Amino acid sequence: MKVAITKVGKDFKQNGSDKIRALDEITLTIQEGDFACLLGPSGCGKSTLLNIIAGLDVPDQGTLTIDGQEITGAGPERGMVFQEAALFPWLTVRQNVEFGLKMAGIGKKERHEKALHYLQMVHLGRFTESYPHQLSGGMKQRVAIARALVMDPKILLMDEPFAALDAQTRSILHTELQEIWSKTGKTIIFVTHNVSEAVLLGNHIFVFSSRPGRIKKDFRLDFQGPRSEGDSRLLATQKQIMKVLREEIEKVAREELEQGAVPLTKTVLSSSRFGT
Amino acid sequence: MVVLKKIVFFAFLVGLWEIMFRLAIWNPVMFPSPFSVWETMVQGFRDGSFPVAIGVSMKRILVGYIISILIGIPLGILVGRVKLLDETVGSIILGLQTLPSICWLPLAILWFGLSEKSIIFIVIIGALFSIALATEAGVKNVPPLYLRAASTLGARGMALYIQIILPAALPSIITGMKLGWSFAWRSLMAGELLASGLGLGYVLMMGRDLADMSQVIAVMIIIALLGLLIDRLVFARLEQGIRRRWGLA
Ligand SMILES: Nc1ncnc2c1ncn2[C@@H]1O[C@H](COP(=O)(O)OP(=O)(O)OP(=O)(O)O)[C@@H](O)[C@H]1O
Ligand SMILES: [Mg+2]
Repeated sequence: MKVAITKVGKDFKQNGSDKIRALDEITLTIQEGDFACLLGPSGCGKSTLLNIIAGLDVPDQGTLTIDGQEITGAGPERGMVFQEAALFPWLTVRQNVEFGLKMAGIGKKERHEKALHYLQMVHLGRFTESYPHQLSGGMKQRVAIARALVMDPKILLMDEPFAALDAQTRSILHTELQEIWSKTGKTIIFVTHNVSEAVLLGNHIFVFSSRPGRIKKDFRLDFQGPRSEGDSRLLATQKQIMKVLREEIEKVAREELEQGAVPLTKTVLSSSRFGT
Repeated sequence: MVVLKKIVFFAFLVGLWEIMFRLAIWNPVMFPSPFSVWETMVQGFRDGSFPVAIGVSMKRILVGYIISILIGIPLGILVGRVKLLDETVGSIILGLQTLPSICWLPLAILWFGLSEKSIIFIVIIGALFSIALATEAGVKNVPPLYLRAASTLGARGMALYIQIILPAALPSIITGMKLGWSFAWRSLMAGELLASGLGLGYVLMMGRDLADMSQVIAVMIIIALLGLLIDRLVFARLEQGIRRRWGLA
């Protein structure tokens, strides 16, 4: 499925009348079968954009279509892995993974088999009857990945899904995800902080700038065959991206410093008023 | 160990009671010995008057309590989810919650007469608002993330309520049900004391009319023990089990 985003903007109210421009004039196209990575500093609006694509948030400006159809809400054809695992604590791991299948009215036996298959894929075959609170953060995140994959969505939206995992597990899941992508040709939109992760997985990388959240630059990495970390072709792109990002992060840090001074004087003023 | 401590403590209390009785500070009619209370208790169970009273009271509270759950939980969900209802009905519920349910008795008697219905009405009113309020709070505190996750998995409409909102609010609902039960129990006793025949409250009142202090105390003990038993055996366990499973405890 092709995702077309045109001039999308989004504001958030921040304490009272203050507004934050989370997204501004975002225009991008993700082709069917693309593995798109959204990369950028913290707070630049990556999750916001992903939520809008998922149909969980509505943009204030602009349009967003999937295969030419306007998005009107969330749906199981767009699977989502949230930044926080977002498992349902009253269901077992297996029941969590089966949830979407159950909503789709799929029979018990098929649900069981599919859930088990994906839980084994994320190496949690032994924890099917555990409850989420009995799992570590990384394990929860893997359940959430299985819960999204089991629905076999046409588009897979992933918000920093591997950020909480150890290097080994992450690397195993990178391989799994690459395999799923090459086998199924799903469109994947993947949010990450991590540049080497982005170049390892993605074939189209969008680098964001923040405040307002904009697309600063996009990179294509179109070469066939399996990729591995440290590949020289990847490293070249990685360097370019790092350069763009560094400017961006420095800009944010500078702004924080400048802005930091303002609220401080404000508090001093208001507290002195109370003092008199 | 805890059980042993409790047993020793209660034995001590009964001993103290016996000593006070032996010292004959008060008229034995006004202050019966533990033994005569025990005798009344055994007698009451043997001749069937206590079991019948317990049965009548339990039936009333069960009917009233179940009705208050059936009304209270949907009411709480609606008020928790529909803004208009929250702003209107919500504030009324809060106000009514502060009114002791026995204050409804005159009204109930005018409506239903001195009948079973009046007492059950009082029981319903007693439990209803705390159940509705706890449900409302639980529903309002459902993490939005659960709803978002469920909607990306294809849950819509009623399914969202049954599969997500209700279970997410369940720990709070159970707490409200526990509170509701103890209010219902109090309301029942107040109602039975004042209104109509049979039931534990009535037997208690009869003890007063006959100036049979042993009966009064025996029935008071039964009322306290029953309340405690149900709270411990049913609600405390339920609450604990759910909190553990939900990962809250
Ligand atoms: N519900 C909200 N209410 C108010 N402001 C919000 C809300 N959600 C996001 N924002 C603001 O929008 C901006 C973008 O947030 P977003 O979560 O999209 O960032 P992000 O790029 O995903 O960051 P991170 O990498 O840290 O997850 C931030 O400045 C944030 O403060
Ligand atoms: Mg984010």
